[in-house]
Amino acid sequence: MRLPKKYIPLSMAAGIKKALALACCLSLLCSCSNKGNLSVIVAGSTSVQPYAEILAEEFAILYPGSEIDVQGGGSSAGIQAAETRTADIGMSSRHLKESEEAVLHSFEIAKDGLAMIVHPDNPLDNLSLDDVRAIYAQEATLWSDMGGNGHKIHLITREEGSGTRSAFEELVMGTSVISPKAIVQDSNGAVKQLVSNDRNSIGFISLGLVDGTVKALKLDGSAPSIENVLNGTYNLHRPFIFVTSDEPQGEAKEFIDFVMGQHGQELLAKEGLIPPEKGD
Amino acid sequence: MNSNSEKLSHAVFFALALSSISALVLITVFILVQGAPIIAEIGLFKFVFGMTWAPLKGEFGIFPMIVGSVSATIGAAILGVPIGICCAIFLAEFAPPLMRNIFRPAIQLLAGIPSVVYGFWGLIFIVPSIRDHLGGPGLSILAGSIILAIMILPTVISITEVSILALPSSYKEGALALGLNRWQTISSVILPAAKSGIIAAVILGIGRAIGETMAVIMVLGNAVALPESVLDPVRTLTTNIGIEMGYAVGAHRQALFATGIVLFVIIMVLNTTAQYIARRK
Amino acid sequence: METPIKKMNTTSKANERIAIAVIWAAAIFVLALLVSIIVHILFNGLPYITWEFLTQIPRNMGRDGGVSSTIVGTFLITIVAIAIALPMGIGTAFYLAEYTRENIVTKIIRFSAESLAGIPSIVYGLFGFIFFVISLDLGWSILSGGLTLALMILPTIIRTSEEAIRAVPVVFREVSYSLGATKFQTIFKAVFPSAMRGIVNGTILSIGRCVAETAAVILTAGSALRMPSSLSSPTRTMAVHFYILAREGISMENAYGTAALIMIIIFLINIVANTIVNRFIAKSR
Repeated sequence: MRLPKKYIPLSMAAGIKKALALACCLSLLCSCSNKGNLSVIVAGSTSVQPYAEILAEEFAILYPGSEIDVQGGGSSAGIQAAETRTADIGMSSRHLKESEEAVLHSFEIAKDGLAMIVHPDNPLDNLSLDDVRAIYAQEATLWSDMGGNGHKIHLITREEGSGTRSAFEELVMGTSVISPKAIVQDSNGAVKQLVSNDRNSIGFISLGLVDGTVKALKLDGSAPSIENVLNGTYNLHRPFIFVTSDEPQGEAKEFIDFVMGQHGQELLAKEGLIPPEKGD
Repeated sequence: MNSNSEKLSHAVFFALALSSISALVLITVFILVQGAPIIAEIGLFKFVFGMTWAPLKGEFGIFPMIVGSVSATIGAAILGVPIGICCAIFLAEFAPPLMRNIFRPAIQLLAGIPSVVYGFWGLIFIVPSIRDHLGGPGLSILAGSIILAIMILPTVISITEVSILALPSSYKEGALALGLNRWQTISSVILPAAKSGIIAAVILGIGRAIGETMAVIMVLGNAVALPESVLDPVRTLTTNIGIEMGYAVGAHRQALFATGIVLFVIIMVLNTTAQYIARRK
Repeated sequence: METPIKKMNTTSKANERIAIAVIWAAAIFVLALLVSIIVHILFNGLPYITWEFLTQIPRNMGRDGGVSSTIVGTFLITIVAIAIALPMGIGTAFYLAEYTRENIVTKIIRFSAESLAGIPSIVYGLFGFIFFVISLDLGWSILSGGLTLALMILPTIIRTSEEAIRAVPVVFREVSYSLGATKFQTIFKAVFPSAMRGIVNGTILSIGRCVAETAAVILTAGSALRMPSSLSSPTRTMAVHFYILAREGISMENAYGTAALIMIIIFLINIVANTIVNRFIAKSR
């Protein structure tokens, strides 16, 4: 029969208890004392998020000590977060609904083209908007329907609530519905990765993210490019919007001013985004 | 003084127990309260057996996702359970010490790896080979089942092994003394005796597979349609919440909580069954 | 008479050979699979784990720089979760095992703990997102993430601790009482040290789950890259960082590096915890 020695376990147990009690108190203290923390939270569209992160990084260099936190979540979540003030600035990659426009201040920070992408080996270079609509409604299911090989088309779309998806639905699908059999991915990067690996797939992503791993299709003969968006021949584009529920103040205002100013706009242009329409 | 400190300690423990149970009850009640209204509004039958999920148009049918969860999980069980049980038998009865010493820590380590790493691994190795050799988009029930099968292996192996090792050694000695060979001993004495533990292991593994989210988001394709073959993409109940939670507001959010309720019930039933079987020795 | 027995013997021998071959094959297959996953991650990730990788903040969405803020974020979230769940869980376990007889209340606690232990983490994330982040207005923060994870691991801690306490032989308590110890003294001097190993094991398991969790954390702690300045800062854990890097295809090098780092950390946690337990047990003997 072994009984543990009396004092060591007691002191150990007491020590653990004390440490835990201390940790609890500390955590409570920290949370209370820092509730008024001044960091600016920017949340919303995962399409805008990478650009916002780059902007926040540059902003932190220009304004040392500034605290900008960039979060994902999605356009609708971002708009709602701004409404409920969970976030100081919401990010959206779709047009605001009228009900949202009525209660929010919005700042269009850039325009972004939507590119229809396929595998680089796909022989097609051009589709009409009607073709794209037929493909996504699964009225056309084989590449041969479009003049390609006889394989089945693997549709890739974004999830419900994504700004990219609602822009695509608005600009391409109209009253048609994206087939429920389409594969759903939850980010631009995931769509791009899939398309770059699957010869028979088609998807849509931010124009700014198109690179050599995928092929961006012309639409009705017009190549997806910044010039064609600006001269109005390539119509698949949507705005990137910052929203706030109050007139922005303090650091949030400084950040928005920075983004809308020359420096921020140059950064965005360098990343492949298109300048917003003036006078917004 | 002693009795005072006794009372105090009793009170402290009671308070801790009370806070635990209120936390656990809070979660359950919260999820029910958030999700129940939409089920009541749509009707349970239409919600569970509805075929169309178009939350922005107000259509909430989760049947394709139930089929998705069930098919991916059954696939995982078919692939993972026999192999897992074989491994457990191997570890308990056959393994040379060296292999056992590599095997056990490897399983421990794998049980701790984030599920996203498995999903990523599947995306790199499993998905392309399914696409190239079997056809389809690659993101499919099959790919999900393979990844889930690997993920449930640690659970199935360790619980089965424990239940085999827990058997009295007299069982095995008796069987061998009767002239049964090693395989006969295992198949006719050890496995039947460890049956309840093994079934519990399988059910817990299935619970893990149904509950997995991030890995299956990456390899299952997430299409909300009834699959026609194991090469078709599906969406599970968990991925439905994982993908859309960030976006959801209003009725859409309630519908995701309702999806959570359905998951809750499924897991509850599985666990209760596992406990019942494990205790009925 | 002889032939059938002989026949049976040869078929059963053949059966045994086949069965044993199958078992060996399955074991070798699984071992190869496990090792290949581990080696794949380490082989592709270890070269990127440098001092800079460990000490620099991610830059350019994580394409450049290191992962220091995600290490800090993971660490803080885990600390918060453990600091809350451990006292609650162990206290509850002692209450269940030592202070009450079996009754309806203990049955309810045990049933809810057992059922909630199996609930998918995404459901905890859903709860944490609406309850902590939005209703309690804690925002995406280390605190929200830690509280959510605390609830997630609480059932496991209650269960493993209670099992460990119940496994302590009754004689320990009897001897302690016979020496004139009170109930509280008995619990802390006799029962707690003996149950320590089981409790620590449950805690390690829970720490591992906190470090590896993605779904619940991404909804409650957010995915901000900045170095957290307080517990109300949002943060990105290593697992979430890996997910975003790999998912968005931002940087495969850093994704592998992060994955390898997570594996090493989990491995170290296991080793350190085992050593502590062993030393503690050696001391108390």
